[in-house]
Amino acid sequence: MTEALIAALFVFVLASFTGFEVINKVPPTLHTPLMSGSNAISGIAVLGAILASGAKEWNLSVVLGLIAVVLATVNVVGGFLVTDRMLQMFRKKTTN
Amino acid sequence: MLMAINNYRYLLPMSAEFLPTGIQITYLVAASLFILGLKKLGSPATARQGNVVAAVGMLLAIAATLLDRQVLNYEMILLGLAIGSVVGAIAAYKVQMTEMPQMVGLLNGLGGAASALVAFAEFWRLWQHGQVIPLDTNISILLDVLIGGVTFTGSIMAFAKLQGIVSGSPITFPLQQPINAFLLGSYIAGSAFLLTASSPNLAVFLVIVAISLILGVMFVIPIGGGDMPVVISLLNSFSGLAAAAAGFVVMNNMLIVAGALVGASGIILTEIMCKAMNRSLLSVLFGAFGSSGNTDAASSGTGTKNQTVRTIDPEEGAMMLGYARSVVIVPGYGMAVAQAQHSVRELADQLERLGVDVKYAIHPVAGRMPGHMNVLLAEANVPYEQLYDMEDINPQFEQTDVALVIGANDVVNPAARSDVNSPIYGMPILEVDKAKQTIVIKRGMSTGFAGVENDLFYKEKTTMLFGNAKEMVAKLVAQIKQL
Repeated sequence: MTEALIAALFVFVLASFTGFEVINKVPPTLHTPLMSGSNAISGIAVLGAILASGAKEWNLSVVLGLIAVVLATVNVVGGFLVTDRMLQMFRKKTTN
Repeated sequence: MLMAINNYRYLLPMSAEFLPTGIQITYLVAASLFILGLKKLGSPATARQGNVVAAVGMLLAIAATLLDRQVLNYEMILLGLAIGSVVGAIAAYKVQMTEMPQMVGLLNGLGGAASALVAFAEFWRLWQHGQVIPLDTNISILLDVLIGGVTFTGSIMAFAKLQGIVSGSPITFPLQQPINAFLLGSYIAGSAFLLTASSPNLAVFLVIVAISLILGVMFVIPIGGGDMPVVISLLNSFSGLAAAAAGFVVMNNMLIVAGALVGASGIILTEIMCKAMNRSLLSVLFGAFGSSGNTDAASSGTGTKNQTVRTIDPEEGAMMLGYARSVVIVPGYGMAVAQAQHSVRELADQLERLGVDVKYAIHPVAGRMPGHMNVLLAEANVPYEQLYDMEDINPQFEQTDVALVIGANDVVNPAARSDVNSPIYGMPILEVDKAKQTIVIKRGMSTGFAGVENDLFYKEKTTMLFGNAKEMVAKLVAQIKQL
């Protein structure tokens, strides 16, 4: 295993524990918005897609990367907006 | 030149990558914003702000990545980002609140597909250059293709089941288990081959991709529609893990952090959901494989069928409700499907006008996902203070004059408390049978998702209003207005 891989594994494991702790205590009301919000974050795959499609010359890698860019962006934008739409409704009644 | 950079990336440890420090610092800020955003999403007062914080983090991460030296193909990438944004925005504003679980499932599938495509693109690039793929990259690619592929087709299947495109009932066929075992075995064998081969083998890789996609379908088809929320939640976790795997493929910390956060959150949510349904994750995932067990459950309740139910008309129902002191409304998925939430709100308003104390009892899995019912009622402007969780409302049913069950079934079935042989035995329920009167609005006598007969409908204190939830509630409103 390379040093880089070890470092990346550290990041992965520590981030997982952070995820468990941060999300641990959430009222049921917010589970659906939380699911769609965290789902939007998983659209982070868009970064990988951008890096994969970065090359200037055309080849299958770039095409696949670009398809991935579109799909992941739908996930990101759709996810955040739909979460906001849901949470907006909760807000209405607290201010009313 | 570019090739040289790309090749070089794999020869050097991450710290020596050519990513300028600025990009890495931005990633660090973005990762912090994700964690902060998720934390804020967990509390009603700050949830909306949390979502915005996470979105800003995403924007920063994307902007920083565009500055990466490896990224030269700006026009096409910006075009891709624009297309994705427009499609995503339209979908987010068009979707009905009742269709939220499908929406999350579909978006989730797209994220999984994107991660798998990243792995495919990376493999293709390395294969084209005829390079030996470093072992760790190779493992990451194979895992990414598996998790991303399963997330993609699994989510699409879950979407199709919830949308009614594919039958919601578990789909089983002979030799299902041996076929699954064979597929999994082939994946492992193919991976072992690719990991030990002296040069990348495209044909074997394509087989691996195909197997991953098929496994996603095989994973979801034997699971019933009622368990789909659990599946979507689990697939949400998978999509995070797929993104993290993609992070290992391109060695990007941002992907790894965000993916791990989502992976962890999905697992927690899945666990909460299973607990609320009193099912173990294993029984959800593998319940249908035991095949005979589930079908027995439906027929075992036949003994109660010779009892009679008491039906009333909306006028009588309106009188019962209008002259009650306290009414607890129990909304279920039937209410959501009929889009009756606004009518229900109107009913509650009319009852309050008559001085009736109105509360809503929300079962943890009412609707299709935890919290789904809260969203639907919020959409109809139901005041937050009137919504009660199961633990808070159950002790109050004994003092309740009328419990009004609208399109809910399994979550109010007393068999969960008393009948040890019932498949839903032990599931926490709303104890509406303890109220002085219970009115159930339901389309017919069909069973709920669990396929279990409901004794509640045959109790002396229970009266039935048969009909579509929205129409029936509207009729009740019209009658109550005349009181």
